[in-house]
Amino acid sequence: MSMSDNLASRPVIGWAIAAIAAVLVVSSTVAVVPETKQALVIRFGKPEEVYNAYRPNEDFGQSGAGVIFKLPFVDQLQWVDKRVLDFDMERQSVLSTDQLRLEVDAYARYRIVDPLRMAQRAGTERRVEEALRPILGSSLRNELGKRPFVALLSPERGAVMDNIQNRLNRLARQYGAQIVDVRIKRADLPDGTPLESAFERMKTAREQEALSIRAEGTKQAQIIQAEADAQAAAIYAESFNKDPDFYNFYRAMQSYRMTFGIDNPNAAGTSNLILSPDNEYLREFRGRR
Amino acid sequence: MNHSDSSDLAPRPLLNEGGPWGGGGSGNGGGDDPNPWNQPPRGRPGRGPAGRSAVDELLRRGRARFGGRGGPEPEAGRMILWAAGALLLFWLALTSTHLIDKQERGVVTRLGSYAGTLEPGMRFSLPAPFDVVTKINVEEIRQKDIPDAGGNTQNLMLTGDQNIIDLAYSVRWNIREPSLYLYEMRDPADVVGEVAESAMRAEIARVALNDAMGPQRAQIEGRVQQRMQDILDSYRSGITVQGVAIKQADPPAAVVEAFKSVSAAQQEAQAYLNRARAYAQQIGAKAEGESAAFDKVYAEYKLAPEVTRRRMYYETMERVLSKTDKTIVEPTNVVPYLPAPVPPKAQQ
Repeated sequence: MSMSDNLASRPVIGWAIAAIAAVLVVSSTVAVVPETKQALVIRFGKPEEVYNAYRPNEDFGQSGAGVIFKLPFVDQLQWVDKRVLDFDMERQSVLSTDQLRLEVDAYARYRIVDPLRMAQRAGTERRVEEALRPILGSSLRNELGKRPFVALLSPERGAVMDNIQNRLNRLARQYGAQIVDVRIKRADLPDGTPLESAFERMKTAREQEALSIRAEGTKQAQIIQAEADAQAAAIYAESFNKDPDFYNFYRAMQSYRMTFGIDNPNAAGTSNLILSPDNEYLREFRGRR
Repeated sequence: MNHSDSSDLAPRPLLNEGGPWGGGGSGNGGGDDPNPWNQPPRGRPGRGPAGRSAVDELLRRGRARFGGRGGPEPEAGRMILWAAGALLLFWLALTSTHLIDKQERGVVTRLGSYAGTLEPGMRFSLPAPFDVVTKINVEEIRQKDIPDAGGNTQNLMLTGDQNIIDLAYSVRWNIREPSLYLYEMRDPADVVGEVAESAMRAEIARVALNDAMGPQRAQIEGRVQQRMQDILDSYRSGITVQGVAIKQADPPAAVVEAFKSVSAAQQEAQAYLNRARAYAQQIGAKAEGESAAFDKVYAEYKLAPEVTRRRMYYETMERVLSKTDKTIVEPTNVVPYLPAPVPPKAQQ
């Protein structure tokens, strides 16, 4: 009975073996390349061919992504990122021509455009970064060190970055990479004395500004007052000049009233007048002659 | 062992017959199942449901022979077959229909290759191993704060006039083109932050401190947005920058007192000016009033100069002299001796 069991189960085992074999064959000959990756086929340890290689401005769906075939066991696949990658540069201290120090953070974006060369010269993306990072640092120091501090802040910085990018690109090309962009993320004064002295300069500049604002305010106020005085004088003159003699009389009358305390209740002291009969007021007092 | 097992399970020999056929039924459940039910005697007997199902199928077929034991079991066998079929259908339905939300787009990859973007609504694709759909929210406005919200560290940067400003801002962005967003960049969300920082610093380095703190904020925001968009487009990132907002633009904490003294000085200067203007107004009004009064009187005076003059003289004298002590010295040729004036207090 067990004999017949074993014999009878052979077709089943056959099916299973066939299925496993099929899975093995398929999995070792077929690979799915996603849009984000380039597949490098390595045959006997030697990079042979690239699938889904980067082409500038291609449309997704038209690229080489999809199912690829390879020789089983002989071909190995190495996946290489197809996207734009980036690496940060360590913070660099840059000295400008006028001996001012600046702390600079920069980053570079790159893309592996030639996986074959990359595999031969560097091996992996990480190794490419390791090779490029010091170059970014040194070319940044070189380029920025050729310029005065002010230029680092000016729009001229664009040209500096272009120079650095070209320089970096020359090296990157040897590794099958292409620099997409190099940018300064930060450019700060270093902590300590440089920063403190910058603060001090800002502070004194503000103090000076405050003083000059006050002085300017005083000046403006004086001008306004003087103008008002002048205008008042002009108004008086225009009016009184019509008859200076009458003005003299009119003003004298006003003045008397003021000084003898009639129009001015705050006037202090009492008045004691000694009049000569020759006084104009007393002319009639003597009676007509 | 085989003997005893096969005697326990009388229909076991028939398994061979049912093997390939039963395999079809259970194959959907798991591809690597054949072994357990192929050799049940050496395995743990009666454990695998697949083995039992094969048995059950056989029982159903051989109902007449094993009539007494085959009551409910053929029903169970058929149900398992149906269940497996239903599972397959369910799988197909689940992985080939996609409900794309109003805010979302579905990016389809067919065996790794981009095969289109699904618009919102009920959409269909090939089932799972062939088509994979990634849903991405393209409408949602994402916000990136620089420096990160919550931290109270200063974000110092250099301005064009070599001053230092403490700046906090945020960037709002969304995804314009899902396929570019997914395939062009590693960590696109991080890239937005880095690009924002670079663009903002480049822009601040072109303006003076006072402009950055005050009047030019809006222009700076606009230019940073434009600059960011240009950079992100050059990366083909598929990202749209919706806006840049400067939340805070202050002098650094170390010099904030000096800046306050400037605004104090501005207030003071304004106070000087106000006082001067008040004085000017007062003086002007007085001049106008007095000259107008003079003009009125003068107009009357002109009509009858002599009389008016006399009248005014007497009226004034009347009022002046009525309130004063008067001494009239008559003889003209005598030098008058006058008592020394006595202070008013001593009189009392």
